[in-house]
Amino acid sequence: MSDVCIVGAGIHPFGRTEGRDGMDQGVYAVRQALADTGIAWEDVEFAFGGSAASGAADTMVSKLGLTGIQFINVSNGCATGGSALNAAASAIKSGEYEIGMAVGFDKHPRGAFNADPGAYGLPNWYGEAGYMLTTQFFGAKIMRYLHENDLSREALGRVSEKAFRNGAKTDHAWRRSEVDLETIMNAPMISDPLNKYMFCSPAEGAVALILASEKKAKELGGPMIRLKTSVMRTRPPGSFEVFAASIDNERGGTATEIAAKAAFEQAGMGPEDIDVAQLQDTESGAEIMHMAENGFCPHGDQEKWLIEGRTEINGALPVNTDGGCLACGEPIGASGLRQVYENVVQLRGTAGERQVPGDPKTAYTQVYGAPGVSAVTILQR
Amino acid sequence: MNAQPIADNLFTDDNMTALVGARNKQTGHISFPLPLTPNDDIEPIALASRGTVWTYTVQRFPPKTPYAGPADPENFKPYIVAYVSLPGQTMVESRLTGVEPEDVKIGMEVELTAIPLDPDAPASEQKMIHAFQPV
Repeated sequence: MSDVCIVGAGIHPFGRTEGRDGMDQGVYAVRQALADTGIAWEDVEFAFGGSAASGAADTMVSKLGLTGIQFINVSNGCATGGSALNAAASAIKSGEYEIGMAVGFDKHPRGAFNADPGAYGLPNWYGEAGYMLTTQFFGAKIMRYLHENDLSREALGRVSEKAFRNGAKTDHAWRRSEVDLETIMNAPMISDPLNKYMFCSPAEGAVALILASEKKAKELGGPMIRLKTSVMRTRPPGSFEVFAASIDNERGGTATEIAAKAAFEQAGMGPEDIDVAQLQDTESGAEIMHMAENGFCPHGDQEKWLIEGRTEINGALPVNTDGGCLACGEPIGASGLRQVYENVVQLRGTAGERQVPGDPKTAYTQVYGAPGVSAVTILQR
Repeated sequence: MNAQPIADNLFTDDNMTALVGARNKQTGHISFPLPLTPNDDIEPIALASRGTVWTYTVQRFPPKTPYAGPADPENFKPYIVAYVSLPGQTMVESRLTGVEPEDVKIGMEVELTAIPLDPDAPASEQKMIHAFQPV
């Protein structure tokens, strides 16, 4: 089977862009990706795309050009971008197409995501009594994790400190200023043990990636960035997910563990082979849990890793080199593709100030979200 | 009229002595609360009124709608949200009451009670929600 290559990448800066809706940010990212690839929109054979709050992706053909292409909308919550990429890769692997696109974009209002209990199969009292907040879930989950693994709250602060340090070096990031650990630790609490510097915010942004068969990629002549695997998985029994009025006493695994295992098997490599990783950091605790769930370190070793700087840009395994969701914010439809975009830039060696040293060859992404979905990719140059 | 539960089918009775869980007749799996639509495989079950705190967090800012409790930013009182493990049944998401955030400990023993969603509302209009308090 032919490898799938990522031959072009485009991004609309994350954060807040007044006067430009989510869809137009998507179009901006697509045009940039086309220019990066050196092709025209007419050359794109198919597309998968999605947003959570900014409309149906296929309608962007009215801006890009009515070429009649197959354009399938993807709606998969926080895994929307990952699922679009997954589907696009499958379409090329099948041999049906030579070149296509995955695009994700979004624009969310300020403040925590608002949710309707009924949409989650929950009674109205659940919302009225004050449980319908994603922030509570993240707080309760990491509170237990810190307790079980004997990690301190300061580990959460170290993740944020690194995110803002990396974000300050990243053109597409939203938060571009460093924040010191003391300031982070003393900030107002949102949902214990997480405070305001430890949560990402709903935001805006868009990413488009152009994928091609190995043959087509060679013709195009750019660096060969191979998508070794793209895996999306849903939760196993006993996982701990958002908006749960009850959870089982008997605890189980996570969607991320399943996705990571499958991805490493498919790519024929292990965590020790990865040179740079972008891990879902909806809040600082998520990065800590995901370091272990993806197999990069044993549960409980994360604080030591952070203190030793092992996940810094110049560390043994750089994590979230563009500042992740903490520095970029989270436009749901675009977030997973931003991770892949960042890895493409890192593998090409064009990340400038935030470039991982030592000529990285392998790069890993993992996105996680409601209601217990996880998507992993591994790229190789 | 006395204060009423915030919803039917939340507690087993108007004295609010136990929460209603959902037991799957085929698998024996227990969850909370009852599903929104009746299901032949599910039977109601009275949940244990004592358990232990498995994890918790504190809601530090006033939630937006659909929250129906006091949300005035000036006078908002943070509340504790926990998962309480009921032995042999399930872990129930619940407020904690009668304890300050800094005194909550994972593993602490707690028992079921009911508290008004808005303590300042007139008694006749009060909606009661479930909470657990230290034993």
